[in-house]
Amino acid sequence: MADRVLMTGNDALGEGAIRAGCDAYFGYPITPQNELTAYMAVNMSRLGRVFIQAESELAAINMVFGAAAAGKRAMTSSSSPGISLKQEGISFLAAAELPAVIVNVQRGGPGLGNIAPAQGDYFQATRGGGHGDYRTIVLAPDSAQEMHDLPFDAFALADRYRSPVMILSDGRLGQMMEPLVLREGPPPPVPPKPWALTGAKGRPANMIRSLIMEDGALERHNHNLQAKFKRIVKDLVRFEERETKDAEVLIVAYGTSARIAKGAVIQARAQGLKVGLLRPVTLWPYPQARLRALAARLKGIVVVEMSAGQMLEDVRLAVSDSVPIAFVGRMGGGVPEERAVLSAIRRLAKAPRQRTTGP
Amino acid sequence: MTDKHQTTTGATVIRPLYRRPTALKATPTHYCPGCGHGTVHKLMAEVLDKLGILERTVGVAPVGCAVRAYYYLNCDISEAAHGRAPAVACAIKRCLPDRIVFSYQGDGDLAAIGMGETIHAANRGENITVVFVNNTVYGMTGGQMAPTTLTGQRTSTTPGGRDAVLTGGPLHICELLNALDGPWHIERVALDSPAGVRRARKALTTAFQAQIDGKGYSLIEILSPCPVHMHLAPVDALRFVKEEMTASYPVKIFRQEGKSLA
Repeated sequence: MADRVLMTGNDALGEGAIRAGCDAYFGYPITPQNELTAYMAVNMSRLGRVFIQAESELAAINMVFGAAAAGKRAMTSSSSPGISLKQEGISFLAAAELPAVIVNVQRGGPGLGNIAPAQGDYFQATRGGGHGDYRTIVLAPDSAQEMHDLPFDAFALADRYRSPVMILSDGRLGQMMEPLVLREGPPPPVPPKPWALTGAKGRPANMIRSLIMEDGALERHNHNLQAKFKRIVKDLVRFEERETKDAEVLIVAYGTSARIAKGAVIQARAQGLKVGLLRPVTLWPYPQARLRALAARLKGIVVVEMSAGQMLEDVRLAVSDSVPIAFVGRMGGGVPEERAVLSAIRRLAKAPRQRTTGP
Repeated sequence: MTDKHQTTTGATVIRPLYRRPTALKATPTHYCPGCGHGTVHKLMAEVLDKLGILERTVGVAPVGCAVRAYYYLNCDISEAAHGRAPAVACAIKRCLPDRIVFSYQGDGDLAAIGMGETIHAANRGENITVVFVNNTVYGMTGGQMAPTTLTGQRTSTTPGGRDAVLTGGPLHICELLNALDGPWHIERVALDSPAGVRRARKALTTAFQAQIDGKGYSLIEILSPCPVHMHLAPVDALRFVKEEMTASYPVKIFRQEGKSLA
């Protein structure tokens, strides 16, 4: 087995992006993701790759747009308020079908909020975020190892679907140090990019645009985008399951909340409670079908989030009223405690099993 | 355009004096009668041809009247979000340093919503060429006040004329950027006469040549007519550029080879 190293999540993500073939990184200072920008400043420059500290989040995301248009693997990172500023650019990336990776190391909100970890940007990340009908692939790590690994998936998926991909992390995952194994081997292969703007030598000139004024053309473009989103939903759902085989109560959580949920599963099992965990790794597309299948034999679901209950809505969309749902959430930088999760589990476990009624 | 010559044998030879540049597509523009954008496109096409850089040039179009520059210029072109053309352009240039990269921007795009990107790209001395078309109004959206609208000038949002007390005065981009250390070449020209058009072509040539030579950031501000939103006939709009615009925006080289001439 390869040697393990001790790194913060932010550094681990930076090293992962570099090993995944990131050609260009554009950042702007905001806590709690600054270590990532600093890591890229040192290491992108050392490798002769492009690093710019942009004058704003707006500039940074539009630099990503330019680098992606030039056919390069481009990334930016920020935290919640900065990600709000990037949304126009993300909509433009989605519209122009440019591959790019955006990292959100979430902090407490709304507004300037604070710099503590939170998951209040779930709606923004999974519903598109900017204007217009589009979706962004959203990957949610729950460890420094995944902070390191997910950039490989993110760049590969961005290239495969010509789409912006968001890595939705939080301040706790960004700041905490954990042992991890660094990825070896080549970056994911870069597909041909005949659409890229590289100078029209020996071919007709290329254009990259999102202004589509011809009669009916924008509607056709939207249908094409929706067809792509359907393909992504069909192909891409990823999740982790723990102890679900005989589970009567299922915790659904992602990111830092999933780490707390994992502790709660261990404690609950030690107390003889049949509890499992479903941790979505893709937040969009969401593992709806798997959740629905599991729900058929559950007494209840506990959703744990560092928000007022945003992913909760996706759980409800998946299972409807077929099973009782309890919610354990903290906001404003608060982190749910295992005992709060455990008491929610106990309440649901005590209740008689719900009968699923047909339509 | 052709020129007829009598040869010594008396035969007539027709010799073309002017051809459409290779860099200019054979597409009629959507611009209004008397608009300066078509002239600027033609000049840029001539310069790209003359310098032999068409096949390695990547342009960035603004939000505004020139957003569809890719229909007219025969090189790779990207749109950019409103005001962000310099950010897009400098990323392309950093990623592909041997390509020639320009942004093409109007006054609202460059001097209002995109001022941050404008100043910082200039201050970093990014090796790009910025073509700045100043016609004192937002054209595409219907003639609203631009940062470069003259004091007293009527627009749809300054119906009584621009009042400097309420809205500030005209913003002088060349003068502003010349205060920075980063830029290599800054020049203002005016499409107010055939001589002005020739001077604009020369300024664009200087700017693109500087980029080819790796010298750094250049910006050419082109004072340009917008008859529709200046509420003037095309000839009167040219007179407005020549007399009123150049009075506020002096036509000159502000910075040459990295040194201020102001």
